[in-house]
Amino acid sequence: MSETFFELRDVSRYFRSKPSLTQRIVTALGRTGPPPALRAVDDVTLRIRAGEVVGLVGESGCGKSTLARVATGILPPSAGEVFYKGRPVTELTGKDRLNYLLKVQMVFQDPYASLNPRMKVGQLVGEALRVHKLVPKNEVGERTRGVLKEVGLDLGYMDRYPHQFSGGQRQRIGIARALAVEPDFLVCDEPVSALDVSIQAQVINLFMDVRERRGLTYLFVSHDLGVVRHISDRVAIMYLGRIVEIGTAAELFAKPAHPYSQALIRAIPSAVTRRRRAFTPLKGELPSALSPPPGCAFHPRCEHAMPICREVRPPLVQISPDRSAACHLHSTSESV
Amino acid sequence: MTADIETFAKTAEANTPLRMQVLRNIRNRPTASGAAIAIAILVLLALLAPVITPQNPYDLASLSVMDNRLAPGETGMTGITYWLGTDAQGRDMLSAILYGLRTSLLVGLTATAGALAIGSVAGLLAAHFGGAVDALLMRIVDFMLGFPSILVALILLSSIGRGVDKVVVAIMLVQWAQYARLMRAAALVERRKEYIEAALNFGLPTRHILLFHLLPNSIGSVLVVASISVASAITLEATLSFLGVGVPVTQPSLGLLIANGFEFLLSGQYWIAVFPGIALVLLVMSLNLLGDRLRRSFNVRGP
Ligand SMILES: Nc1ncnc2c1ncn2[C@@H]1O[C@H](COP(=O)(O)OP(=O)(O)OP(=O)(O)O)[C@@H](O)[C@H]1O
Ligand code: SF4
Ligand SMILES: [Mg+2]
Repeated sequence: MSETFFELRDVSRYFRSKPSLTQRIVTALGRTGPPPALRAVDDVTLRIRAGEVVGLVGESGCGKSTLARVATGILPPSAGEVFYKGRPVTELTGKDRLNYLLKVQMVFQDPYASLNPRMKVGQLVGEALRVHKLVPKNEVGERTRGVLKEVGLDLGYMDRYPHQFSGGQRQRIGIARALAVEPDFLVCDEPVSALDVSIQAQVINLFMDVRERRGLTYLFVSHDLGVVRHISDRVAIMYLGRIVEIGTAAELFAKPAHPYSQALIRAIPSAVTRRRRAFTPLKGELPSALSPPPGCAFHPRCEHAMPICREVRPPLVQISPDRSAACHLHSTSESV
Repeated sequence: MTADIETFAKTAEANTPLRMQVLRNIRNRPTASGAAIAIAILVLLALLAPVITPQNPYDLASLSVMDNRLAPGETGMTGITYWLGTDAQGRDMLSAILYGLRTSLLVGLTATAGALAIGSVAGLLAAHFGGAVDALLMRIVDFMLGFPSILVALILLSSIGRGVDKVVVAIMLVQWAQYARLMRAAALVERRKEYIEAALNFGLPTRHILLFHLLPNSIGSVLVVASISVASAITLEATLSFLGVGVPVTQPSLGLLIANGFEFLLSGQYWIAVFPGIALVLLVMSLNLLGDRLRRSFNVRGP
């Protein structure tokens, strides 16, 4: 099979804040340009093979959720193209587009906000099946019960509302809802970070069981390097909207090439005491994506920063057979 | 199954449906429960008016002009005791008030329901589509809310004439804008939530998302405000009718009854205006008290 299963090619996603009235007047008077766009995802290329688990790691606000939303088609990219099974998804229409949307499913970060509070579990999980008539009417219930059982929920819960469940159970409902439409690619956006630590492992195990049973492909976003190392085939490290290093999990964790990855991985041992969200292995703050530092965005925090780092942005280049990094320490030539 | 041990106890509290919590909240307040009982009685009286009133006040054949302006408690030629007196046509005031209550409630409730429907749809569309749709709709809303509603309704009615249906339309027109604004605000908050993204991820049609996801989750505060606004719709109708541009004389509301009795106030026949006035105050006050309690229990800020 030569076609890539899933690919983001030079994908960017900008957010432009709506200018206030005063800003609009100032702009109209020609004093300043329009407000700068926030580059939540900046020129990312990522290829994912069928059956693979790719971990995506980065600090809060670096654009992981935005990347996940672009991949699943919830947000259109501002630039670049998303390919599913070799076809650019912007060209898909009608049935083909629906097929892409359904085959590439998302599991959300917040198990409280991601379930419609006014729908019962049974309705919620079977909704897409019913609306798109994916299965005959009389089989919707059967399929719904099937996926609920698969994620370990009691079938007696079908008629309950989401608020009657704990976070872990809600996340299972979210997984069941995604599985109901038989996806082949799950984009999991920090699916356990909102859960109690004691529940996290159970839900991670559920993800792995489901993957094995259904032969799914995962893009697994996480704060937790321990989890990512444990479950991923390959790992991508993201910083300020860009992928700064990507490689096989074993290699990357053993010998990180990018100074940012090195700092992250160095911080793992202390992760024994890790708490959710506390993920600041580095000194200094994440710069604003509204005005990223020139050159290498990491240079204000990098201990290896060189003069060139302040001026020239390092491209993501292959540094060994299965590894790429975006750092001047690893660029063989200075050409950009 | 793998049991999540967390928060099972916590869910017990959340298991009590909100409806029950609100009911309990009303029952525990004497003013609110008093208001609720008063409203129930008034609505019942209005519904049963044709059955329980001693006469049909608008069937001219059953009126006797000889009985005009009898004081409360007097018995007329027809043998009926007029507990609340009679008006200038010899009409039993009690019957007139119950029929008036019917008209007032009918106008207040239909106008509110209509305004709620129009406003909700407009607010939902504005929130969902944003951009030009939003800008246009919200400019209209700002414009509508910029004028005193009584003024707009007065001008409108003096050009289209009086009539129950016309008053309803006029009140709808001046009240839908507040619902549109509220609905838009609520829907904008809901729209950002991940369950809407999930719906987009499933490729659900826009119509379906608006109707089954955004609407039911945004309408709560709007409904609460609507329950308060029934009182202001009734007041507005009463004012318009009092000013003579509202309901027709053949179907008088409480407001029109007050207007009819007004001229006799100074000549001592207070009952013709005062009793409809008391009925109106009782109705509006009860609606306000109950609406306010609802608003507090749902924690919604006023319009
Ligand atoms: N709808 C939006 N409008 C404007 N800015 C947005 C929007 N969504 C995200 N952003 C901005 O884009 C940047 C990346 O956000 P994103 O949610 O993708 O980060 P993240 O890596 O998922 O963070 P976290 O770990 O906290 O979930 C942030 O600066 C955020 O404020
Ligand atoms: S490019 Fe320079 S600043 Fe950026 S990570 Fe490499 S060494 Fe550090
Ligand atoms: Mg996120």
